[in-house]
Amino acid sequence: MKNKIRIGSGAGYSGDRIDPAVELIKKGNLDYIVFECLAERTIALAQLQKMQHPSMGYDPLLEERMKACLPYCASNNVKLISNMGAANPIAAAKKTVEIAQNLGLTNLKIAAVFGDDVKSMLDFESQTFLESGDSIAVVGEQIISANAYVGVEGILIALKEDADIILTGRVADPALFLGPIIHEFGWSLNDYPLLGKGTALGHLMECAAQVCGGYFADGATKVVPNLGNLGFPIAEIKADGSFFITKLDDAGGMVTQATCKEQLLYEVHDPSTYLTPDVVADFSHITLKELEKDKIEVSDATGKPLTGKLKVSVGYHDGFMADAQISYGGSYAIERGELAIEILKERLKIINIKVEDVLFDLIGVNSLFKSNKELASPSEVRVRVAAKTATKDEAIKLINEMETLYTNGPAAGGGISKTVTEIIAIQSILLDKDKVMPQVEIFKS
Amino acid sequence: MKLKDLAHSRTGDKGDIINISIIAFDEKDYPKLEKLVTVAAVKKFLGETVQGNVVRYEVPNLGAMNFVMQKALRGGVTRSLRLDKHGKSLSSILLEMPLDITN
Repeated sequence: MKNKIRIGSGAGYSGDRIDPAVELIKKGNLDYIVFECLAERTIALAQLQKMQHPSMGYDPLLEERMKACLPYCASNNVKLISNMGAANPIAAAKKTVEIAQNLGLTNLKIAAVFGDDVKSMLDFESQTFLESGDSIAVVGEQIISANAYVGVEGILIALKEDADIILTGRVADPALFLGPIIHEFGWSLNDYPLLGKGTALGHLMECAAQVCGGYFADGATKVVPNLGNLGFPIAEIKADGSFFITKLDDAGGMVTQATCKEQLLYEVHDPSTYLTPDVVADFSHITLKELEKDKIEVSDATGKPLTGKLKVSVGYHDGFMADAQISYGGSYAIERGELAIEILKERLKIINIKVEDVLFDLIGVNSLFKSNKELASPSEVRVRVAAKTATKDEAIKLINEMETLYTNGPAAGGGISKTVTEIIAIQSILLDKDKVMPQVEIFKS
Repeated sequence: MKLKDLAHSRTGDKGDIINISIIAFDEKDYPKLEKLVTVAAVKKFLGETVQGNVVRYEVPNLGAMNFVMQKALRGGVTRSLRLDKHGKSLSSILLEMPLDITN
């Protein structure tokens, strides 16, 4: 058994940069690299892709990432764990076998971890969405996907089989990190205080650069060095659950108490009750200590027993979104922007466009925060109308109304943009944990 | 004085709920923040942007508080009409809150 392990974070979202991950695998002295690539909606979009192309439905950057990373993973003996399997972990694993073979990397064990797809278990009679309180039957026919946030079980099976690369579907983000920690140190799945520590590590690492000075610099007082070459983080943990977060010396960014505090509370509600499928983690007593520059020790995380329930993300078609914009500059820019909005509101009535919801913004004045009271006099503003419609035709009618402002609206309006996108919405339900069984299939390159 | 002079902040989102952390630059200022940055003050400052309930969790060992706000994203990230669907910019907005430190 190792007395310590080092885990790098190779991605904080599907489209994240690849070069910082490669740097970590090359120079981080890592045992594992973890790529967290699934946002709430990503798996529903991947499921749509899989319906059209059965051999697709995994992360769109899988191929590029594997090509860049696998040679260094193989030469430095770094195991790779990722949820890039998305809606189709088996196809992702098969694709990875092909990539490895093309790179001349043979005898790699590549595991697909699945079982998170619970669409067939949906119960339209009894289940209700946590967010809206509606029965799931309300969107019944429109449902695309239902994936449970599963825990470490499948990853542990794959690690026991000595897999080099593990590709999962939906897994709770911290579990991607907690899995290898449990495996290496032989932690019990009932030792909740230890699982809480490993979950704190996973939570700090799962957004990659966000603990290294990304999403942090305020342009004035919070200064982060060399953001163009921002590094991804490394965590080093011992068998007793003590760990620190650091980065490569030559990478940009910084790891400080402040960056760790912001990330520790990121997307957390009650810090004493952070719900995961493996443990209810308690971050409320955590203390941080700077061991040296860019090396922060994290202590006193703990955990409590489970709830017995898993969160399930249900993705469904929810109509269309129209978005159209136009800019005004010079004197009276705001006044002309407001005039444009008045005209648009009247046009929606006259030509009877049916919207479920509509929002008018003056970008530069009130698009981020509606309650801005001190109205500055910007040298330019951008009018934005966004609306939710049931059909694509209604959405197109609305954005075309914006375009008519070139010739029918206030003076000197320019730079119109217009888009219509299909809304894939996500809401959640709860499911008993014992109904969801992990499945693992191993392939060899 | 504004909140930004004593604290830094980050927004996170889950569905239609956002959390905004308020973290003292200097932990000595934390008791002051706990006294001044109340749920009522935050709710009033953010106005119509946050339609639902606001709860505050205190984490004194980090010199931090975590505000959890319901119905803050017009239906949630995946269906929001907001330009900033995640509410990421709202942490910077909240830091503009004036603080009365005369008492």
